[in-house]
Amino acid sequence: MSDYILRVREISKSFSGVKALDNIHFDLKKGEVHALMGENGAGKSTFMKILIGLVSPDSGEVLLENENLVGNNVNETLKKGISMIHQEILIIPELTVAQNIFLGREREVSGKSGLLSGWLNDSEINQQAAALLDRMGVNIAPKAKMKHLSVAQMQMVEIAKAISNNAKVIIMDEPTSAISDKEVATLFGIIRDLKAQGVSIIYISHKMDEIFRISNTITVLRDGKYIGTKSAAELDQHALIAMMVGREIDQMFPEATQPVGKEVLSVRNLGRTGKFSGISFNVKSGEILGLAGLMGAGRTEIARAIFGLDKWDEGEITVKESPLRARTPREAIGRGIGYVSEDRKGLGFIPRMSVKDNITLSSMSNHRKGGFIDTHSEQSVTEKMIADLKIKTAGTGQHVTYLSGGNQQKVVIGKVLLASPEIIILDEPTRGVDVGAKFEIYKLIRSLADRGMAIIMISSELPEILGMSDRILVLSKGKQTALLSKVEATQELIMRYAVA
Amino acid sequence: MNRFSKLGQYGIFLAFALICLVLALSTPKFFTISNLLIIGNQVSINALLAFGVTFVIITGGIDLSLGSMVAVTGVAAASFAHPDTYPLVVPLLIGLGAGSAMGAFNGLVITKSKVPPFIVTLGTMTIGRGLALILSKGRPVSNLSDEFNFIGGGNIAGIPFPIIILLVAFAICSIVLNKTILGRYMYAVGGNEPAARASGIRVNRVKMWVYTICGLLSALGGILLTSRITTGQPNAGAGFELDAIAAAIIGGTSTSGGTGTMTGTLIGALLIGVISNSLDLLNVTSYYQQVVMGVIIIGAVVLDGLGKKD
Repeated sequence: MSDYILRVREISKSFSGVKALDNIHFDLKKGEVHALMGENGAGKSTFMKILIGLVSPDSGEVLLENENLVGNNVNETLKKGISMIHQEILIIPELTVAQNIFLGREREVSGKSGLLSGWLNDSEINQQAAALLDRMGVNIAPKAKMKHLSVAQMQMVEIAKAISNNAKVIIMDEPTSAISDKEVATLFGIIRDLKAQGVSIIYISHKMDEIFRISNTITVLRDGKYIGTKSAAELDQHALIAMMVGREIDQMFPEATQPVGKEVLSVRNLGRTGKFSGISFNVKSGEILGLAGLMGAGRTEIARAIFGLDKWDEGEITVKESPLRARTPREAIGRGIGYVSEDRKGLGFIPRMSVKDNITLSSMSNHRKGGFIDTHSEQSVTEKMIADLKIKTAGTGQHVTYLSGGNQQKVVIGKVLLASPEIIILDEPTRGVDVGAKFEIYKLIRSLADRGMAIIMISSELPEILGMSDRILVLSKGKQTALLSKVEATQELIMRYAVA
Repeated sequence: MNRFSKLGQYGIFLAFALICLVLALSTPKFFTISNLLIIGNQVSINALLAFGVTFVIITGGIDLSLGSMVAVTGVAAASFAHPDTYPLVVPLLIGLGAGSAMGAFNGLVITKSKVPPFIVTLGTMTIGRGLALILSKGRPVSNLSDEFNFIGGGNIAGIPFPIIILLVAFAICSIVLNKTILGRYMYAVGGNEPAARASGIRVNRVKMWVYTICGLLSALGGILLTSRITTGQPNAGAGFELDAIAAAIIGGTSTSGGTGTMTGTLIGALLIGVISNSLDLLNVTSYYQQVVMGVIIIGAVVLDGLGKKD
């Protein structure tokens, strides 16, 4: 079996008595893209950390070309040929592209020894970086400062760094979570080139369509256990989900049970210089309006404007026929608008505050007794919300930073719900959330609509937009290009308007 | 890491208890009522300032103008506290009013200009010092009434009045921080300002409050000091801001915002007081005392850092 570059045997790891990984096997062929799938908490990240030498397993072997790497630290594994492109890209923004690529290896590049080895050789670094980026076929200047690059370009730089390390195995953790479709195509092109050169890729993503587009083989983990490895051709989406969640989910998207009511929110000719213009739509009670479009089409910007996070320059927003005036989040909340941001960490919650303190943060006026906080009412409301939304937490006093992504998302949704909204804007509500929790969030969104709320849902996942929305507003480059009904909308039609 | 975070949380209490125990055993004079009252009296001004700056640091800010506010408010109050001129309430209101106004000015500039609090309050620190010199024409303001001098020098049933002020202020500050919506919002603003804003919190209003409260507590400290030394000194309070910030940090308030307690700050202030008192008792010169204090500050933050690592 010489065509296997990496063989992982019987890896187990426990953290304070809890088995995170139980007897995991993983075989990686030379020059293949091998997707590692599993819900959050399945053990993917622990497994990755073991591969790159960040965590040491309790038992088992990691054989890279028959050499056991267990016991090596991150730097040693890196030198032996395993690189990882992290989901949150690790770069030094003030340094140049070339300086970032060769960071920590300046001595090797300068080729000097003795006293002179501390001397930088930037021209050599720039030349080598230029050659490298050229070979990858990407158009990035080696002398550009990292901070001026797009996320996709930064990713390319990370890949260049991995290649310059002579990586035999490159691990990519959710590489497309923050880049546009066009950039995804470029990335996939580079992945194919790497394959052709015999580099193996371990690919982690929550996006099913990508997995089937790019990978040769798929391995599934669930609850820290190895479930199976199949060739991508043998599987379809349905079968893969079943492997991941351990049960069949027949209907991913719940149907509406209530008719649509009266108009609640109306946006007329809304515009913000340089971001979007001429945006007009309305949302009715009980309706889910999908906002579709490519990255940078202005969807989030429109949501932020409605919620008062950004100012806008022209047009009008009315809630039940009376316009918004102060244009602040506080006014929006007071008028019944709730916003669940795509930027959960940045705008969603306060990490070092408890579940209770986070969940009641937008509705503190309901818990005022005299001049003080009524802790009892806070407590009971929080317990009820935890039960309603099935939030998995050690208690109301648990800090939100310790919850999983899906549960953090539910805390944010809980906070929004407690402010009694009539309109909820959900921006990429299932990003970074695993399949099982996705299904629960879909059910929740539909039940909110059925309870009479008007929902605006932004999503980059077309199946999600198609499955959930009653109407779909398509945006392209800050302009609205179509308003489609559920019956006429198809993936192809949406894409055609999204690139218009 | 759980063990470390517990250590970070309770470390300061343990350290404090341990130091007191050691001192009680090694210097018989330490654990006498009269010595404890001396410590309480000495600590009171720093603790008041530390309470104020704790609010500010919890919201993610900083206030360097405390010491100057002590001087301005002290001089301002003293100017109206000569015997047989105004009733006692006048100098008190003038002092507290001046402190609140200066704090509000800090808050206003910080929220409107978006200039970092460090820079703004560095500026007002200098402005305040200048104002104190202008108000007093560069001379100490002396000849103060007996009632005024009672505030810092008198006692009730043997307990120095500053200790009573300290305890009342501690109770009120704790309640504001833990039991009121304003207190909750302070943690939210310091913990994640954009998220606090997106939750409908008027972030600027919260900041205005904390800087104003900080000014008010500095004024209280200024009045106490003026009354204790029976003079309004335009040069008083220099460097007080650093002791106050040190007390808050030793007490577990993180300079990155979002965490901190009044109890921690009180212990931090007491710890500073106890250590300098005991070093006095042990006849250690003040030069060494400064070195010891510096080591304790860094040690406290190291403990705090251990607690935060995940």
